[in-house]
Amino acid sequence: MEQLKILTIVTESVLENQIAEDIEKHGAHGYTITDARGKGHRGLRDAGWDYNSNIRVEIVCNLKTCNAISKFLLDTYYNDYAMITFSYDVTVQRSNKF
Amino acid sequence: MDPIILFFVLGVILGVSKSEVRLPSQIYDFISILLLLSIGLKGGIELAKQPFSTMLPQILMVLAIGFILPIIAFPILKYFGKFKRADAASIAAHYGSVSVGTFAVSLAYLNTREIFYEEYMALFVVVLEIPAILIGIILAKGISKETKWGKVTHEVFLGKGVALMVGGLLVGYLAGPTGVQSIAPLFFDLFKGILALFLLEMGLITASQLSSLKKYGFFLLGFGIIMPIVFGSLGVIIGSQLMGLSLGGTVVLGTLTASASYIAVPAAMRISVPEANPTLSLTASLGITFPFNIMIGIPLYLRIANSTQNIFGA
Repeated sequence: MEQLKILTIVTESVLENQIAEDIEKHGAHGYTITDARGKGHRGLRDAGWDYNSNIRVEIVCNLKTCNAISKFLLDTYYNDYAMITFSYDVTVQRSNKF
Repeated sequence: MDPIILFFVLGVILGVSKSEVRLPSQIYDFISILLLLSIGLKGGIELAKQPFSTMLPQILMVLAIGFILPIIAFPILKYFGKFKRADAASIAAHYGSVSVGTFAVSLAYLNTREIFYEEYMALFVVVLEIPAILIGIILAKGISKETKWGKVTHEVFLGKGVALMVGGLLVGYLAGPTGVQSIAPLFFDLFKGILALFLLEMGLITASQLSSLKKYGFFLLGFGIIMPIVFGSLGVIIGSQLMGLSLGGTVVLGTLTASASYIAVPAAMRISVPEANPTLSLTASLGITFPFNIMIGIPLYLRIANSTQNIFGA
């Protein structure tokens, strides 16, 4: 069975639509987005109002897609936006779905 | 002092003292939706009474103001403030555009003093909100191919502010004063209470911007106070001399030109000019200009409007 990955992206909510598009363009079949709060290099992002809120995007995909998305995000957004990504191995039911 | 302003002060005090008070973000969303629709509805009802031929020159004049303001602000920021091109352009766009919150406070201020104003001015908020964004992007990047104009247009026209106000204007226009009567208790009678809650949250947000003020120093502080006075006076003079607005109307126009955006422009700039530091423009517009306008600016624009009328005649 192919090893699948979860790729997690935490970033500014203003990027939501753009990233959703990017993810699908790079071959992922779906994603889950939740609102997030936290503190990092770019200061406290406490979701008090629209502008200051973060999202957490999770994608279950194969290694190739995971790498492609990560690289694209790194090249496109890392310089100018608050963004972190990380990934880990994951076991799923019905792995053909991803 | 007006209770709604005291709510703002309360928010700032609670925020600065790190209180746990916070409006849940969905509530804040709901409140801003109510405010935008109320303002739109009121404007739409009045708009229906205006002949289009008198409106058109006014709309064009306001549109022109929207293009000119950021062009005035940009060189000041770039050469005197020594900001990077992208930052100067982004701040200029914020100051060329408008703040609906400040607009709402100016209406409440005039209502309390029973000063007449043209209620269709909600339309000007929409008209004035947009050009500065386009100018800001062009100032930052030139007319460049990499700007995703499709995305920017989507953000500008379908963002919460413009979409709901235009929606409210249309509903008010089509339904007319009697039609809107049935929803008046929610949108009109509760207006000041909703505005008070909105200002409480704005106070909390303003307090959260104050810490970055220390970092960016005196230029931004001076700019955030002097620019609205200059733009506000300009708006008052244009309103009374070129557009023939009433005393209250000129105060509202002055408030609009003086105010700086903190909702539509930040989102649009973040997407189209990502290299601009968003903290700079938000510190200025939310941390300095918004509180200045609602506490000192609006009464000041009324005084300027009064003296303009005395000097030039109404």
